[in-house]
Amino acid sequence: MRRLPAVRPEIVGLVVVGGVVLIGLPTVTNQFYTFEFAKVAIFVIALLGLNILTGYSGQISLGNGAFMAVGGYTTAILVHGPGVPYWATIPAAGLLAGAAGVLIGIPALRLAGIYLALATFALALSIPPVLNHFDSFTGGHSGIVMPPVLAPFGLDLSQEQWLYYLNAGIALALFAFAWGVVRSRTGRAFMAIRDSETAAVASGINLAYYKTLAFGLSAFYAGVAGSLLAIATSYLNPDSFGLSLSLALLVGIVIGGLGLDFGAVLGGLFVVWLPYFAEKASGLQIGVFSFPGKPDIIFGALLILILFFAPNGAAGFLRRGWLWYLSLRGGRAGGGAGAH
Amino acid sequence: MLAFIQQIVSGIATGGIYASLALALVLVYRAMDVANFAQGEMATFSTFISYSLIEYAHFDFWTAFVITIVLSFILGIGIERLLIRPFEGAPVLTLVIVTLGLFTIINGVTGLVWGYVFKEYRGAFISQPVRFGGLYLDTQDLGVLAVVLVMLLLLYLFFSRTKIGLAMRAASLYPDSSRLLGVRVGWMLALGWGLAAAVGAVSGMMVAPIIFLDPNMMQSILLFAFAAAVLGGIESPLGAVVGGLAIGIVMALVGTYIPGGQDLRLAFGLIVIVVVLLLRPAGLFGRAAVRRV
Repeated sequence: MRRLPAVRPEIVGLVVVGGVVLIGLPTVTNQFYTFEFAKVAIFVIALLGLNILTGYSGQISLGNGAFMAVGGYTTAILVHGPGVPYWATIPAAGLLAGAAGVLIGIPALRLAGIYLALATFALALSIPPVLNHFDSFTGGHSGIVMPPVLAPFGLDLSQEQWLYYLNAGIALALFAFAWGVVRSRTGRAFMAIRDSETAAVASGINLAYYKTLAFGLSAFYAGVAGSLLAIATSYLNPDSFGLSLSLALLVGIVIGGLGLDFGAVLGGLFVVWLPYFAEKASGLQIGVFSFPGKPDIIFGALLILILFFAPNGAAGFLRRGWLWYLSLRGGRAGGGAGAH
Repeated sequence: MLAFIQQIVSGIATGGIYASLALALVLVYRAMDVANFAQGEMATFSTFISYSLIEYAHFDFWTAFVITIVLSFILGIGIERLLIRPFEGAPVLTLVIVTLGLFTIINGVTGLVWGYVFKEYRGAFISQPVRFGGLYLDTQDLGVLAVVLVMLLLLYLFFSRTKIGLAMRAASLYPDSSRLLGVRVGWMLALGWGLAAAVGAVSGMMVAPIIFLDPNMMQSILLFAFAAAVLGGIESPLGAVVGGLAIGIVMALVGTYIPGGQDLRLAFGLIVIVVVLLLRPAGLFGRAAVRRV
C-alpha cells in the first residue's frame, strides 16, 4: 500500500498558531483595531478574487472595484428596501456580481493584454457616475444608510467583534475554496492560459470557457467583498467604489504576491494598514523633510520597487524563507515524507 | 438646428483637447507598445506647474505655456530614463502596472503640493460669444482649436521633415535595423516620452480653464482620450486626431440631448472602447495586428 505523504509537523504548528491568532485577535485588540482587521478580511476576499483572474489566469483587471459595487449595492438595496436580513444578501451579492463578471468576461475574451486593461480601467471610472445617475435605485450622491449589524443569538460580542468573526470566517472559507480551485483541473487550465494561450489551446483547453469562468469567479469574490463592506460600514455611496478602490486592489495583489496563495492575505494587510501607518507617521520630521502621510505616493513607489526587485511580492519572500528553512532541515522542497 | 450646430462646434473644440491627449498616448504606444495610464496625471502635473508660474511667478500665460512645455518635455524624458527603462522587455502586464504606479505617485504628489481644492485657472482665452454667420461661437473654443491645430502642424513637420523625427519613426517601426544604422533607439524612446509629456501638457493647459483645476481633473479626459485612440487605431497619430474630434462631438451631443447625459458620458466612453475593440480592433486607421506565435 502506498503511504499518504505525512504532513510536516511545522505545518501543523503554523496552522494551529494561525488559528489561535485568527480567533484570539479581537479579544486582545481594541474596537478600532478589530474593525480594521474586519476590513482586512474584506480586502483579502476581494484580492483572492483578483488573484484568480490576474495572478493565475493572467488577465489584468483594473475594474474589480466595479464588481464590488454590484455586490455592495445588491446588499444595500435588498436590506434598505424589502428589508431582507443582511446575511441572506451576501450570497445574492456574490452571485449577481459573478453574473456581471461573466457578462463582462464575454467581450473581454476578444481583448488581450493592454486592451483588457483599457476596457476595465474605463469600467472602473464610469461606474460611480452611472450609480449617481440611477438615483431612484441607488440614492445617488447621498447613498444608502443601513441599520447597524449586531451579534446574533445573544452572543456576547461587540459589533466590531461580530463583524470581524463574520468577515474572517467567510474569508477563510473562500481562501480554502480558492486553494482548492487553484490545485484542480480548472486551476491548471488557468495557469496554462496565463503562461501561453497558444500552448493551452493546443493542449485542448477551452479558452473561452476558462477565461470567462475566471472572470465570473473573480467577480463573485469581489461581490461578496463589496457586500461585506456595505454591511461593515452600514453605509455606501458611489464614491465608495471609485477608481481608487480598483487601483488599491491591484496594488494590494502585486505587493502581496501575484499568483501565490498567501498573496491575497498579505495584500489585504498592506492595503488596510499602510494608509493607517502613513497617516500616523505624517508630520514626522527627518532633518528638513517632514513625512507627508500620503499613502498613494508610498503605494505607487512600493508598487514599482516590488515589480523591479521582487516580482513575486511579499508572499514570494515568505515562500523563499520557507524553502530556505526546508533546505536547512535537509528536507526537499517537494514532499516531506521519507525523511525518516 | 442652430443650437445643434453650436453643440457640434463646441464638441470639436473639446475634441481637440481629447485629440491632444490621445496623440500623447499614441506617441508612447508607438515607442513601446504600452498604454501610459499616467499620461493624464502627467498632464495635470504640468498644468499645475503653469498655474504656479502664472499665479506666483507672475508670468503671462504664453510665457508660462512655453516654459511648462519645455519642463514637461524634460520631465517626460526623466521618467522614461528613471522608471520605464529598467523594465525594458518586461511583459505588458508589468509595464501597465508600472504606469499605474506612476499614476498614483504623480496624483499623490500633485495633491500634496497643490492641495485638493478646486482652483480657477485663468487660461489664454476669455470665453466670449462672437457672431459668425447666424452662429454664436465661443472665442475660447476657437482659441483652443487654433492652438491644437498649430501643435498638430508642428508635430507633422517634425516627424516628416526633420532627421530626428525620421529617426524616431524608424526606431519605433524597426528597432533592430535602426540600431544597426546608428540610430540610438533607447534615446528615441525617451524622446517619445518627452514629446508625449509636452503634448499632454498642452491638452491640460487647454482644458483647465473649462473644467477647473484639481489633481483628478484629467482622469475622465484620459478615458475619452483612450476611447479616441482606440477609435482611431492606437498606433495611428492621424487616427488619434480624427478619433478625438469624433469623441468630442459625440460627448457634446450625449451631454446635451440625453437626459442626465452628463453622468453617462464616461459610460459612453467605455461603450465606444468595447464596441470598437470588438468590431474593428485595429480602429479606423490602424493596421490589423499580425501575431507571430
